[in-house]
Amino acid sequence: MEGHSTYQPKGKVAQWFESRLPIVGLIHSSAIAYPVPKNLNYMWTFGAILSFMLVCQIVSGVVLAMHYVAYAPVSFARVEHIMRDVNYGWLIRYIHANGASMFFIAVYIHIFRGMYYGSYKAPREVLWILGVIIYLLMMATAFMGYVLPWGQMSFWGATVITNLFSAIPWVGTTIVEWLWGGYSVGDPTLNRFFSLHYLLPFMIAGVVGLHIWALHHVGQNNPDGVDIKNVAKDSVPFTPYATIKDIFAMVVFLIFFSWFIFYIPNYLGHSDNYIPANPLSTPAHIVPEWYFLPFYAILRSIPDKLGGVLAMFAAIAVLAFLPWLDTSKVRSAKYRPLFRQFFWVFAVVAVLLGYMGSQPAEGGALIISRILTAYYFIHFLVILPLLGLFERPKPVPASIADAVLAKAKGGAVVVAGAAGPETK
Amino acid sequence: MSMRLPCCVRPVAGGFRGRRLRDVHRDDNIIGDCAVAHTETSDTTTRRDFLYIATGAVGAVGAAAMAWPFISQLQPDASVLALSTTEVDLSPIAEGQIVTVQWRGKPIFISHRTPAEIKSAVDTPLSDLKDPQPDSARVKTGKEQWLVVIGICTHLGCVPLGHQGQYNGWFCPCHGSVYDTSGRIRQGPAPLNLELPPYAFTTDTKIVIG
Amino acid sequence: MTIRSSLFGAVAAALLLTAGASGARAQDAHAQPRPHRMSWSFAGPFGMYDPAQLQRGFKVFKEVCAACHSANYLYFRNLAQEGGPHFTEAQAKQVASEYQITDGPNDAGDMFQRPGRLSDHWPAPFPNDNAARAANGGALPPDFSVLAKARSYHVGFPGFITDAFIQYQEHGVDYIHALLTGYEDAPAGVHLQPGLNYNVYFPGHQIAMPKPLSDGQVDYTDGSPQTVDQYSQDVAAFMMWVAEPHLDQRKRIGFQVMIFLIVLGGLLYFTKKKVWSNVAH
Repeated sequence: MEGHSTYQPKGKVAQWFESRLPIVGLIHSSAIAYPVPKNLNYMWTFGAILSFMLVCQIVSGVVLAMHYVAYAPVSFARVEHIMRDVNYGWLIRYIHANGASMFFIAVYIHIFRGMYYGSYKAPREVLWILGVIIYLLMMATAFMGYVLPWGQMSFWGATVITNLFSAIPWVGTTIVEWLWGGYSVGDPTLNRFFSLHYLLPFMIAGVVGLHIWALHHVGQNNPDGVDIKNVAKDSVPFTPYATIKDIFAMVVFLIFFSWFIFYIPNYLGHSDNYIPANPLSTPAHIVPEWYFLPFYAILRSIPDKLGGVLAMFAAIAVLAFLPWLDTSKVRSAKYRPLFRQFFWVFAVVAVLLGYMGSQPAEGGALIISRILTAYYFIHFLVILPLLGLFERPKPVPASIADAVLAKAKGGAVVVAGAAGPETK
Repeated sequence: MSMRLPCCVRPVAGGFRGRRLRDVHRDDNIIGDCAVAHTETSDTTTRRDFLYIATGAVGAVGAAAMAWPFISQLQPDASVLALSTTEVDLSPIAEGQIVTVQWRGKPIFISHRTPAEIKSAVDTPLSDLKDPQPDSARVKTGKEQWLVVIGICTHLGCVPLGHQGQYNGWFCPCHGSVYDTSGRIRQGPAPLNLELPPYAFTTDTKIVIG
Repeated sequence: MTIRSSLFGAVAAALLLTAGASGARAQDAHAQPRPHRMSWSFAGPFGMYDPAQLQRGFKVFKEVCAACHSANYLYFRNLAQEGGPHFTEAQAKQVASEYQITDGPNDAGDMFQRPGRLSDHWPAPFPNDNAARAANGGALPPDFSVLAKARSYHVGFPGFITDAFIQYQEHGVDYIHALLTGYEDAPAGVHLQPGLNYNVYFPGHQIAMPKPLSDGQVDYTDGSPQTVDQYSQDVAAFMMWVAEPHLDQRKRIGFQVMIFLIVLGGLLYFTKKKVWSNVAH
């Protein structure tokens, strides 16, 4: 966010203001003049899409909070009041409920893009870890938001997830009662979850600010994983080039989003959440929202209570160590033939874990979950460190301009990795 | 760090307004200028300008349409609208008594006026009034004993007290507005008479407000 | 290449194993048949409620179901609203006035009965859940308000993915229709708990609700067949409307939004191409 500004305010008033609060210059340097690698593909539009989703969730959420009441005996009815009586309430609630899923779809694409192109490697480690923190905050926010309609899945999801903390030796029970504000999930729990559900998105917004700051300090990674060396040759200014591309991608994403809002608004939810919370009867088959399923599968695959909880948290925590677990000097999978294959295997494993998380944990499904869980950790803890030592990467282009040139000559040249003349 | 900017992103003072759809149009103009600077054929320029303007315009329409549900949700919802009528049985209200009922969350004064009160209201010359209105315009013909007014002072919205003040009508304790037995403003800062709610007699002793 | 093929082999094996595991599950579920997918007027991108069907369904609900089931989020005013059974306001008022609603307290402090108004919700048949249980052999008849969205059935892979593409959301009404037409005599060897009834589609097959509908039970004035199958479809459609009263509006707006976004997306695509036309990337 600094260093790129060529902004010179014209006019006396603009100069007067700029010398006191250089905010226009800041915006200019970070959103207009900021140099963007010219070889970015559409995977790089998800940062903008995520910013849009955060705003979308905050705006629709603030509006829903105007009509919602966090009080266990009426919360279910209040949500139905929003769905039935409030003008366009159904639309705003469906935007918010499906928006959470869209947020996670976008964030998973964003994360996997970072993993594929090695966006976590030096000097972007802090940028990556800030991203992991955002992801954690998103999970907490989404989980607490799902509790608010006070349906059966809300109630039992809250019960199961808060009970994770009861696995902590000695003090577990005390901690869980402290989380609940009672001896079971109840009205105090609902109220504190509502309060935190309203607070956390603004914390996310804060960390997103840091994330973008870090990004603009070190510069964007790109599909070829080489840094900008010559701004004129390797990059284009953010506006209009990235701006228009991001807006286009955003509209395409909105078409996808609208499909869910208007045509299958309950597809990603669970029908049991239209049954009011009943503390005396657990639904036959509890599943979390789809975006938690891989971690839920990991939790259930460990036959020990504390072990399962630890494995689940470790599965998220391991992401933060990725910059040091991957020992390769080359960033992009484009020039790492072996890593590329392991990446896709990992992606398939993650999806399969999600599927297993949606299935009842019994028999063969449990064994498969265990194999997949083991692979999940092996990927990070064994494969990635060793790959960097044994893999022979293809020659990396000297600059972004060279990479673009090679692509123009015929994309196959670079991908096939023939000793390209472009890598002098 | 030096950087050559294409002319089309030449900074403009105060130029950045965020990357929302509605601003596409503005950015387009800059790009449009740029196209001219590149000395392309004017034909290409026109087509390009048209594309940018069309995109910006469609985007602006979309942003405006998207805003509507978020504005509309602030309006009274269906359950509030459904409660917008109140039925009142007048038979228990004794002569000389004022009762207060609720309609759309507002107090409604129903005054069963005595003949003296009616007389004093009817006899008041219009020239004495700040907001001239005959008593007959404030009650239903044949039902002159029933005065139904919205119990909200037209000054700043307080609820006046009944059977008080110089005219034995209402007196607003907040800023001293005085109303007569027809609910008309006589003294004080309030500009208008107490407002009349829409109501109708369904039977001799029953009214529906709203 | 050997590494590559062995990796893909491993993935394929994992996929097969996963499919096998879910296949085993499908066998468990076999005892409980999947409800038939009916052709609902409100299915698909342009599907809307059929007011005539909702009126018939309302009649079934009013004359049969409402004896035990509440519908607390259904208001008399809803009967006259856009995208519903299209009763006139006068008809809705008439229906409301047929019911006595407890109101109060009055000036003397007593609760009193008065005829229903449009702003009242559908009166519950029992004063509270415990009374409802006591009157129904210990089982609570669920509230109808969102029941059509609170019921579903297991679709499995890959059906659950294709449903997203064909926009199939009618699992709840399929289930309700199947349940209402799924009463049978208990097969030999099945021991029914006292007070329970055998139903093919109910999870566990033993349901407290006795067979509620029989042919000819409700008089239709529009010539529709007076069969259990028709009653079930109509009342299921009605329940879907009660659960999702703004479906018509949702799909209408959805279509406009889609057209708009496609036009805007097209324009942006060409704008983006133009902007980038002088940059090799």
